[in-house]
Amino acid sequence: MSDEHDIDPHGEVSVDRIRLADEYAGESARHGAVASTDVAEYAMRLGDDALVLAQHLGDWISRAPELEEDVALGNIALDLIGHARSLLHYAGTDTGRSEDDLAYFRDEPDFRNAWLFEQPNGDFAHTIARGLVASVYLVELYAALTESTDLTLAAIAAKSAKEVDYHRDHAIQWTVRLAGGTEESRRRMIVGIGDTWPYVEELFRDDELVERLAAQGVAVLPSSLRAGFDAMIADVFAEAKLELPTGRHAYIAAGGGRQGKHTEHLGPLLAEMQVLARAHPGASW
Amino acid sequence: MTSPADLSLVGREFSPEEAQFNDLIAEDSRIEPRDWMPDAYRKTLIRQISQHAHSEIIGMQPESNWISRAPSLKRKAILIAKVQDEAGHGLYLYSAAQTLGISREEMTDQLLEGKAKYSSIFNYTTPTWADMGSIGWLVDGAAIANQVPLCRASYGPYGRAMVRICKEESFHQRQGFEILLELMQGTEEQRRMAQESVNRWYWPALMMFGPPDDESPNSTQSMAWKIKRFSNDELRQRFVGMLVPQAEVLGVTLPDPNLKWNEEKQAYDMSEIDWDEFHEVIAGRGPANAERMRRRREAHENGAWVREAAAAYARKQAA
Amino acid sequence: MMSTPGETGTEAWPLWEVFVRANRGLSHVHVGSLHAPDADMAVRNARDLYTRRNEGVSIWVVPADAITTSDPDAKGAFFESPAGKNYRHAVYYTKSEGVKHL
Repeated sequence: MSDEHDIDPHGEVSVDRIRLADEYAGESARHGAVASTDVAEYAMRLGDDALVLAQHLGDWISRAPELEEDVALGNIALDLIGHARSLLHYAGTDTGRSEDDLAYFRDEPDFRNAWLFEQPNGDFAHTIARGLVASVYLVELYAALTESTDLTLAAIAAKSAKEVDYHRDHAIQWTVRLAGGTEESRRRMIVGIGDTWPYVEELFRDDELVERLAAQGVAVLPSSLRAGFDAMIADVFAEAKLELPTGRHAYIAAGGGRQGKHTEHLGPLLAEMQVLARAHPGASW
Repeated sequence: MTSPADLSLVGREFSPEEAQFNDLIAEDSRIEPRDWMPDAYRKTLIRQISQHAHSEIIGMQPESNWISRAPSLKRKAILIAKVQDEAGHGLYLYSAAQTLGISREEMTDQLLEGKAKYSSIFNYTTPTWADMGSIGWLVDGAAIANQVPLCRASYGPYGRAMVRICKEESFHQRQGFEILLELMQGTEEQRRMAQESVNRWYWPALMMFGPPDDESPNSTQSMAWKIKRFSNDELRQRFVGMLVPQAEVLGVTLPDPNLKWNEEKQAYDMSEIDWDEFHEVIAGRGPANAERMRRRREAHENGAWVREAAAAYARKQAA
Repeated sequence: MMSTPGETGTEAWPLWEVFVRANRGLSHVHVGSLHAPDADMAVRNARDLYTRRNEGVSIWVVPADAITTSDPDAKGAFFESPAGKNYRHAVYYTKSEGVKHL
């Protein structure tokens, strides 16, 4: 890389000539097809999971424990926004709404994310615990969804599967380090896991929608992902010498995000995310 | 014998190392980390590069405030990528400074203890979304105009870091321009938001080039050392020359009634800059000086247990 | 002999030098440095920091203090020998100029 050749000393910087990839994964596989109401609802669930988690992770940027980690968490947030955009873009084809119509102009009861994703950042250990559960689940989900008979969902899953694999690696590296670092970090990691685990079960709950879609080979039954999830978590916990929460502390949250019921954390998150867009309805940015 | 690059040497014999340093500068070659260099050159570089790094890191804050509220998912992604680049640029620059014998921890301490400066532009606040546009167009524009000549700075690691930064920043200014363009083509309210934001940022951006040449004490030595390649006023003038036609494309008015092309001087006439404001902000009386430092300190302190944990884990694994 | 510049030995997270292979068929080239607690994290940080724009297909990280450099003060003497040995270069052989396939 020679500066003389790339940089004009008088202020012009050459712009890299690259082939720009599709902004929406799955767009070229879609061939203009629109999602059915069922498929749109399913895509919205997955899209909202990604969007809400990305919205939380964005808060870490400029506040991470080390600058290298600002960059790492930023990359994960960007991947998730990419997944959300592709999924919501597809979900919107059912009703003629854009990704932004869905992200910015739906109210809390219309959001379909599971409770795990809306749980607050907490300290770094909480963020890592939430990231571990999310990414281990998403790796299982997207791996299975690449086989979907819906070609758009399969293409989105294929792109996303590679990226969440890295998110899982990031979460595992940090889980092991925090659990095996100092006394304080181990204590915090255990607290983070305890506070996160109540939200695991909802991820693996089947309902009528996914059963209908799974019968057509479109969706993946959440319950079918549990064994893979448990096996991976068991490996990580064995390496980190961690145990699953038991006894009095092993709460299981009611859940209900897929039906639009949410914890106290989603409302404020949406209020902040949507405030500017809603102040200027119809505006373009 | 070439005239000495180190101005303190004028009029005396120089040692063989001094002569070699001089020759390298004169030949437009590069000084590399293990080379002999005058202490003042090393100190100037450490000061300049670490200030530049701190500016990138503190500069993440006024923009990251809008990540959560970005008005579309595409803009949210662009803004994250940009703020993330700034963290990366801070890292490249800390690494370059580190080759001069100072650790990142020392530099961070200097920043948090208020002993190191950063660009005072980041002590301004970003009340509206349009400020994301103005920061990209005006602040990054001014930064790029300042930085492009630094790609040829005589200190190798600094120049190399700047090449990487300039390449990556080519998108920063464009995305800012496009934010403003969208707003100017939007509703009445959006256009007002854009114009007011340009009014807020125009003068602070021009101040980024530093005091006028006749009041810039360190410039002459830095230019002789080829750390700096153009004077503050030259760069400022060149920047305004680039802005005028861009402002026409946007349809915004640059907030200077006296801005006019002077055919005779082949340069723009402009109003006097309000240097009192500049000095006020530098002196710590800007809109957000305290807030910027508080947030940086909090991030650093809240992260201490994480950094210690990872270091402790590494020690145990190595044992 | 000296180690690479930058490592101070005092920081909680040591300094790592990063080398990136831009494409198959090319060598790994030094791109910069970063801090990381250990090698596993260093290679991940390098991925996030130095290959955000498709700049690489492979990464090496090396602890900065593990690199040995030639002594810069002995630069003249250390690299003097090649000078004057022009017969190592093809352009030295002028009589065969114009003869094809040489």
